[in-house]
Amino acid sequence: MIRFDYVRANSVAEAVTALSSPGTRALAGGTNLVDLMKYDVMKPRRVVDINRLPLKDISERDSGGLRIGALVTNSALAWDARIAKRYPLLASAILAGASPQLRNAATTGGNLLQRTRCYYFYDTSTPCNKRDRGAGCSAIGGINRIHAVLGASDSCIAVHPSDMCVALAALDAEVEVEGPQGVRTITFPEFHRLPADDPQQDNTMRADELITAVILPPADFGRNHTYLKVRDRLSYAFALVSVAAALEMRDGIVRDARVALGGVAHKPWRDKEAEGLLKGERPDETTFRAFAERLMRDAKGQGQNDFKIELARRTILRALMQAAAGTPQNQSDKVIR
Amino acid sequence: MDTPKIEIALTVNGARHDIAVAPWETLLDVLRERLHLTGSKKGCDQGQCGACTVLVDGERINSCLALAVSRDGAAITTVEGLAEGGELHPLQAAFIEHDAFQCGYCTPGQLCSGVALLHEGRAQTREDIRELMSGNLCRCGAYTNIADAIETALNRQNAGREAAE
Repeated sequence: MIRFDYVRANSVAEAVTALSSPGTRALAGGTNLVDLMKYDVMKPRRVVDINRLPLKDISERDSGGLRIGALVTNSALAWDARIAKRYPLLASAILAGASPQLRNAATTGGNLLQRTRCYYFYDTSTPCNKRDRGAGCSAIGGINRIHAVLGASDSCIAVHPSDMCVALAALDAEVEVEGPQGVRTITFPEFHRLPADDPQQDNTMRADELITAVILPPADFGRNHTYLKVRDRLSYAFALVSVAAALEMRDGIVRDARVALGGVAHKPWRDKEAEGLLKGERPDETTFRAFAERLMRDAKGQGQNDFKIELARRTILRALMQAAAGTPQNQSDKVIR
Repeated sequence: MDTPKIEIALTVNGARHDIAVAPWETLLDVLRERLHLTGSKKGCDQGQCGACTVLVDGERINSCLALAVSRDGAAITTVEGLAEGGELHPLQAAFIEHDAFQCGYCTPGQLCSGVALLHEGRAQTREDIRELMSGNLCRCGAYTNIADAIETALNRQNAGREAAE
């Protein structure tokens, strides 16, 4: 493990002040940061421990949604009765990821800031633009079975590893961050970014900002939703492709549709224009196939991951059928129906 | 680096330890190397295998990914603390009954994880047990017997609760 200084923040303001000095990173659950520090992938000079901050509550918002404190653990969030009842898609996505031990330590804010699981990002003996801008990308032309098929660049083809964020993207969540200039809210599509020419930057937060909460708007997707994750093992593996689907149905017609993809891009992937194709349509295979075609229209494989394009189309179709039928994927019994 | 060590207090298996740790010492290393509780195992040291699983304030976590300094003030239970008054924990007894191990290296983590699973009360089916134990790998492949042992302990726990009602 690298050597670093340690400070403990007793308030959000203290944490923000600490983060304004270069080379400082916030430590919450540590499930990703500590791992990356052990392997010299991330090398902060100083860690500011934010675990004592009062960001552990899930509270009602006047407007009807929920405010999730950044330090609410993935377990506490997934098993919260309000989440289970009003945002079952979110609970399901969280329980599709990691293990109970990791979910007990990992936090809401930390989940948003997870780094990619690209092999080359982890392997410091190989060039990686995400670790070292301008060094080159080893995954392009290398082993890239798990890599991006949408939104990749000539600099980076890594994918974002989170399941939770895929559901948050579908739910139109917002991210509340606090910095020296105060509090601001970032919409979910704007929070994570595509790699372009600076893949070292995963998101649009500034280095001296801290995630304080995730905001869930009111939603009515209690019935017609699913989180369908396809991976190499039945459990405890990152997604090759995942789909968070939520439909609002009335009189047998789709009134509103949200579909976010995981495992295929540098950020949870949504295409609101394509979603428009579903509105006013009957929830049948023909409609869903056409939508899947449209959503994957610009997909481009890297060779080893070409299979993901067809896998994504099929997973989108199956997820929409599950959502329309009101039979969400069970995350314990893994049979896909 | 000349960062001074930081004084922390950990209550491990009921005993309080005041100890000075470097910021980069993991909870697993402190338990094993400083407190000489070598039951918790270092398998992958990356949070993938679960051999280092301990209970922190009652919840199971991977101690290899926890910095000891960030767990200042916590109450920790390791495999050494599962038995009470010379009596094995019911899950330990069930592991013996079902021969739920081969080499035994993953067993302390399996036990701590399984004890937490029983306490959490979220597992109802065999599939739930398999899923909620997915963070504990067994290279010998003793999964069938491990799941049997947990199922037995779960059924006994449920039967005990019904009898008490």
